[in-house]
Amino acid sequence: METKATVIRDQDSDTAELRINMGPQHPATHGVFRMVLTLDGERVVNVEPHIGYLHRGSEKLSEGENFQQITTLFDRLDYISNFNNEWVYVRVLERAMEVEIPERAEFIRIILGELNRVASHFLFYGTYGLDIGAMNPVMIGFRERERIQALFEGVSGARMMHNYFRVGGVKEDLPDGFVPAVNILLDQLKRGYEDARNTLTESEIFIERTAGIGKLGPEKTLDYGVTGPVLRAAGVDYDIRKADPYSMYSQLDFKIPLGSHGDCYDRYMVRMLEIEQSINIIEQCVANLPEGPIQGKVPRILRPPEGDFFVHGENPRGDLGVYLVSAGGTVRPYRLKIRGPSFSNLMALSSMMEGAYLADSTVILGSLDIVLGEVDR
Amino acid sequence: MAIEPRNLSESSHGKDRLILPEEAKGAWSSIKENRKSGISGVVTLKSEELFAMARKSSLWPLTFGLACCAIEMISTYMPNHDFDRFGVVTWPSPRQSDVMIVAGTVVKKMAEPIKLLYEQMASPKWVIAMGSCATCGGPYVRSYSVVMGVDQIIPVDVYVPGCPPRPEALLGGVMELQDIIQKEPRKKRGL
Amino acid sequence: MSTDNFNQYVTEEFETKTRDLLTDSSPDIQPVFGELGIICNRSDISSVCKLLKDDPEISMKYLRSISVVDWVEHMEVVYHLSSIEHMNRIVVKVKIPLEDLRVDSVINVWAGADWHEREGHDLFGIEFIGHPDMAPLILYEGFEGFPGRKSFEIPSQETLYGD
Repeated sequence: METKATVIRDQDSDTAELRINMGPQHPATHGVFRMVLTLDGERVVNVEPHIGYLHRGSEKLSEGENFQQITTLFDRLDYISNFNNEWVYVRVLERAMEVEIPERAEFIRIILGELNRVASHFLFYGTYGLDIGAMNPVMIGFRERERIQALFEGVSGARMMHNYFRVGGVKEDLPDGFVPAVNILLDQLKRGYEDARNTLTESEIFIERTAGIGKLGPEKTLDYGVTGPVLRAAGVDYDIRKADPYSMYSQLDFKIPLGSHGDCYDRYMVRMLEIEQSINIIEQCVANLPEGPIQGKVPRILRPPEGDFFVHGENPRGDLGVYLVSAGGTVRPYRLKIRGPSFSNLMALSSMMEGAYLADSTVILGSLDIVLGEVDR
Repeated sequence: MAIEPRNLSESSHGKDRLILPEEAKGAWSSIKENRKSGISGVVTLKSEELFAMARKSSLWPLTFGLACCAIEMISTYMPNHDFDRFGVVTWPSPRQSDVMIVAGTVVKKMAEPIKLLYEQMASPKWVIAMGSCATCGGPYVRSYSVVMGVDQIIPVDVYVPGCPPRPEALLGGVMELQDIIQKEPRKKRGL
Repeated sequence: MSTDNFNQYVTEEFETKTRDLLTDSSPDIQPVFGELGIICNRSDISSVCKLLKDDPEISMKYLRSISVVDWVEHMEVVYHLSSIEHMNRIVVKVKIPLEDLRVDSVINVWAGADWHEREGHDLFGIEFIGHPDMAPLILYEGFEGFPGRKSFEIPSQETLYGD
């Protein structure tokens, strides 16, 4: 018997524009992000992002706090990569006051910062799997993240809000048995990374859902000020650790993974390869961890000179910058502006999503890996 | 011997105790007789307590992360801490949820959506304020845009301190809520 | 001891190039804390930014951020620019008098200026002329006052907790 199937194409069907609201409470928006989508059939015509549902006024609050107290606010900005945030903040004061940091403290900072990058990327891996519809990755991602957090707790006493980096060094020396603990952790992380690769990276379904979706070319990314893995997935070689090295990064041997298509799969891949590179960096640092002091010479009360200072660092999400305006001789900043990488990355969302299918909208949003804490600040 | 399921609208209507079927009554007396030997099969309790037991063992929180605490909340769901062993399963829609875990800073702009979500939840419903921000404003107590505790907009049953609370602390909070649910079966909540 | 923390982003060659490029608008150019600081007139900001972006040797294609600073007597808008190819950094500053809080938008130069300008409008009340949509971004409709300004006071510890 012959069957006659009628295929209705996009142009045949009679559709009208439809506006739907996503968020601020929506599991796929990774926090309290809200977007209003205009749909034509299954296609997204226009995206209207709304932010500010987590605007806590950190910048204004910091004008009323002492310089030492502000580190706690930075912990809570990008709450997935706390060490990296603290690091950029203490560096702006170190630059302003020209503090020299002992080598051991620098190595400790790199180890913790890179471990935090691994933890952040594992969290991305897990939640991105969830966005795609896979339940397994989130278990693997959090299992690995939990291991790293246990180590952080041993070092700083807190699982997430460490407040461990100080101007001129770190709060206290590493606990006994830190180096063997890190070595064991790295072995576990490598196995976890293998699991991750077997579950998603080589999964045909995953590639089908992410390859070629949400493309963003190098020109557009630069225009929007997009940084981090999203920029590098578009093939632009810009990582602050290499381009404008800080701390001891110029003496370490590591590579910057680059994508070529600028699609969701490349963004995912860049992050996964960064896990490899970060583990590589940590191995080098642990092997060469010097003995010595952990705190440079810093006055008891911090009074940076008059002037404005801008320091940036490579956060797992991109270029985190802190702009400090100091009135000179005061114990509080005159103005502190935070340039969050997610804030700029999110601006590119509309141009990525327009023309995509509705089902891909969460895949595209997830690939940006935003943290609303630093978008709204 | 198992109790046959009965039409509860008949049996518990205006009465405190479930009426046990004839067979069960027989079983109950036989249990009394056999108490020394430790054979058991039937328990009697107030119907509301029975429902409270069922409710507390199957709490479905609304998937609702606001800020930093949300990450620790997700950690609690994950294998290391496994919220599921308390019957806690996350659910993305307010209509089917029993408990709202307010995990993070409540900002004035977010207050209205939170209220709306709370009103959409069906009774009985409970609220856990997780972390110091949701409890009292926490580190953002001097901010111009932060609500000083979620209890200013919706009623809160359990406060979990910490910034952010450890997953164990959230587990403790849920166990505390289970106690509350079990201890106050007669208190009519909501509508 | 690491030396990476005190990177310099200005060379003399780069400074002269920038001076030559911007002779028309004659802004005040000098290196400040390792970066090249340009204090420019309010009317020139859009054209200066366009020149800095389009020149192939300076090529400030990356707008890092736009910050607003309230100096009580006047406002200041600070543009942090960076070049991906050459690793040079420029800070452009514009003074804005309190009587007329307006400045040209640079959204035509960098699309990424969009939210930064809206944020400046939200928190400081600065009007960016030419920006297509100045609706509140991070504050809600009906928020009174401009919380970024120095005149907007946050409650002190004493008023919160009493004596």
